[in-house]
Amino acid sequence: MFETSIKLALTLSQIGVVMGVVLLTVAVLTLLERKVLSWMQDRMGPMEVGPYGILQPVADGLKLFFKEDIIPAGANKIMFSLAPIIVLVPALIGFAVIPYGPNWTIDVMGVEFKPFVISDINIGVLYILAFTSIGAYGVILGGWASNSKYSLLGGLRSAAQLISYELNVGLAIVGVLLLAGSLSLVEITEAQAGGFWHWFAFDPLPFPQFIAFVVFLIASVAETNRVPFDLPEAESELVAGFFTEYSGMRFAFFFMAEYANMILVSCMSTVLFFGGWHAPLPFLQAPGGFAWVTGIFWFTAKVYFFLFFFFWIRATLPRLRYDQLMRFGWKVLLPIALGNIVVTSLFAYIFPNS
Amino acid sequence: MATFVFLYFAAVILVAASLVVVLRNPIYSALSLLVMFFHVAGLYVTLHAEFLAAIQIIVYAGAILVLYLFVVMLLNVKREERFNQQGTVALFLGLVLLTEAVLLAVSRGFNVATPDPGPEGAAKAVGNTESIGEVLYSTYLFPFEIASLILLVAMIGAVILSKKGIMESK
Repeated sequence: MFETSIKLALTLSQIGVVMGVVLLTVAVLTLLERKVLSWMQDRMGPMEVGPYGILQPVADGLKLFFKEDIIPAGANKIMFSLAPIIVLVPALIGFAVIPYGPNWTIDVMGVEFKPFVISDINIGVLYILAFTSIGAYGVILGGWASNSKYSLLGGLRSAAQLISYELNVGLAIVGVLLLAGSLSLVEITEAQAGGFWHWFAFDPLPFPQFIAFVVFLIASVAETNRVPFDLPEAESELVAGFFTEYSGMRFAFFFMAEYANMILVSCMSTVLFFGGWHAPLPFLQAPGGFAWVTGIFWFTAKVYFFLFFFFWIRATLPRLRYDQLMRFGWKVLLPIALGNIVVTSLFAYIFPNS
Repeated sequence: MATFVFLYFAAVILVAASLVVVLRNPIYSALSLLVMFFHVAGLYVTLHAEFLAAIQIIVYAGAILVLYLFVVMLLNVKREERFNQQGTVALFLGLVLLTEAVLLAVSRGFNVATPDPGPEGAAKAVGNTESIGEVLYSTYLFPFEIASLILLVAMIGAVILSKKGIMESK
């Protein structure tokens, strides 16, 4: 009983820390996105609140918190309230299996405890895929329950887009799974130890997964409804898509979910293709007991690189048309992902021990 | 504890499954089906079949049910068209299934057999993903290939159906 309560306390505090960091990162990202976009467009960005506008997320949060919560007439009240929660929870729950530091097991009063991953389950990748697919329900239901044409159109677009690109995300990962021989994110990271030439995106033998990585990145941009795949919320066509009718905290939930999803797919790209917490060159990794310092540093650096990439393409690329989006997903990305699986399995068979 | 968890999952599955049929709004039906899928996945987890649980959610909840919801919203079925005259068929099928259930329960003597711990231990040793793969590609290779053939046929059928209009107009 004592051990169980120790374990519970440890796990709960770990979940608390991870959720705190994720939500803090979400707040930072809302500012960072506006800043990065403005720098790319030769503007200043938010400058009013605090020095250089760094308190802008606080101001935004307070504003959303005190805003009146409106449920439109004719909306389905239950579904309307449920939708933001269905969107946000899957976005946050995926972080449970992400390893952000070395796979150590420490002993706390007789209880084995892994400090750098909440839960190392043997189907980590599938767990994340399963819960990201649930997020689509929130979007569809939010669009439907609002009883507004813009919302419904946004929700339907989103449903079609999420189903189509989810498939590409799943198939792009298969090559990595073949090489790592495991579905556990911890073991996938362990398989990429020792320098960037062992990361699955670059590893020359059996077969570099760089093409799969590009497919994964494109498809995950589509999964997170970001520009250039933001058709569900295309503001110039659909006002704000599926969350047109939302305000206050419910709107904030959708907003937070989008950023949490961005962080999640950045973490996934890092773990699956870019070696997770491993340093790019072996000597950049601190030896022995300090490996976790550099581990967390490199993990964070890689995740922030991918987040920057999200902002970068938002500032660069225009939105796709709906039929272009579908054609690109099914006729370009899908065959490439399937071809990658075939080639990877062939090479993995020819070079079994490399 | 295990029995309690099982009873919870079983109860929710039964209630949600009946709600799918009983509820009048098709959107609510789809959502109770979603709840049911999650609890079936939960049952798989208690049986240490995590792979099956994940696949259950990805395939059924993530793909099939989303498509279903999509169609329901798109069609926006009018209230009077939602109900068809299926009473006699439903009664017949229900009677057959009920008889089957009663017969099974009587022949087993209402004893819930404890599951054979053998496969569970084996699955734990190598990981259940590996054990499913090994069984699927050796013992059940033939049914597996048949299933993929059926899917291929369905795919070709869908393509032909959607291309029909284009071919005729040319």
